Amino acid sequence: MKARVHVMLKNGVLDPQGAAVKHALGTLGFAGVEDVRQGKVIELELAEGTTEATIGEMCEKLLANTVIESYRVEVL
Amino acid sequence: MRAAVIVFPGSNCDRDMAVALKAAGADVSMVWHKDATLPEGVDLVAVPGGFSFGDYLRCGAIAAQSPVSQAIVAHVERGGYALGVCNGFQVLTETGLLPGALMRNAGLKFLCKTVGLKVATTASAFTEGYAKGDVVNYPVAHHDGNYTADAETLAVLQGEDRIAFTYAQNPNGSVADIAGVLSENRRVLGMMPHPERAVDAGHGGTDGKALFAGLLGQLTAA
Repeated sequence: MKARVHVMLKNGVLDPQGAAVKHALGTLGFAGVEDVRQGKVIELELAEGTTEATIGEMCEKLLANTVIESYRVEVL
Repeated sequence: MRAAVIVFPGSNCDRDMAVALKAAGADVSMVWHKDATLPEGVDLVAVPGGFSFGDYLRCGAIAAQSPVSQAIVAHVERGGYALGVCNGFQVLTETGLLPGALMRNAGLKFLCKTVGLKVATTASAFTEGYAKGDVVNYPVAHHDGNYTADAETLAVLQGEDRIAFTYAQNPNGSVADIAGVLSENRRVLGMMPHPERAVDAGHGGTDGKALFAGLLGQLTAA
């Protein structure tokens, strides 16, 4: 089985990289880009039967820093 | 005083840290990250700067899962002292020994220069050698030194006088100009600037000496 973990900075945490990407899109002439948030996608190849609780534990312990990041697990 | 300097793959300030500690009079051993135990009788663990594990995933995240990190946590829980500088600060926040997190610099650039720091508290072994409000010059060299903590954590740090140093001129966007913070028992200090790079006239300044001298004084007496 496969799972995809999306890690994003929490709302309210300033994202300097997202701000730079937004600026660059404006420079390229794309109007109307109101905000950009940059995150990570981590794909996991897992043994069948791995529970969502276990994946959640992986996120809490390593994949995300929950002080500044939130995560969302998608089992594929 | 016995000090252990931790070495991760990618550490690059480990020897500078050892030189600074030895110059202050400490008995220093280097500890490889795969060691699950610290040498007997260690008073201080120093987690040095560098790019442990290539900064993969997040700065300090992989190092925080190393066998030695469990030993560092146990050492701190026993009331031991720890100093994390630069990447070492990132590692200590990732282990949860210090609050908050270090994000990409607000200006997105890698910063490598000497900055002025205000000594925000003298109530710690690390800062007792300074006077409150002193401005000291330490080098910084980081890409991810933008300290962040939620409002509640920040209020606790301020209320408990746990902000050790603030930037005279904020170079990286850190909340409340924070350059270094102390643990609740004031025995763990994490900071982005490098005191170990300011202990010899050849470094261009010796403002870091008082930090190591204070630590030695306190720990040797204990």
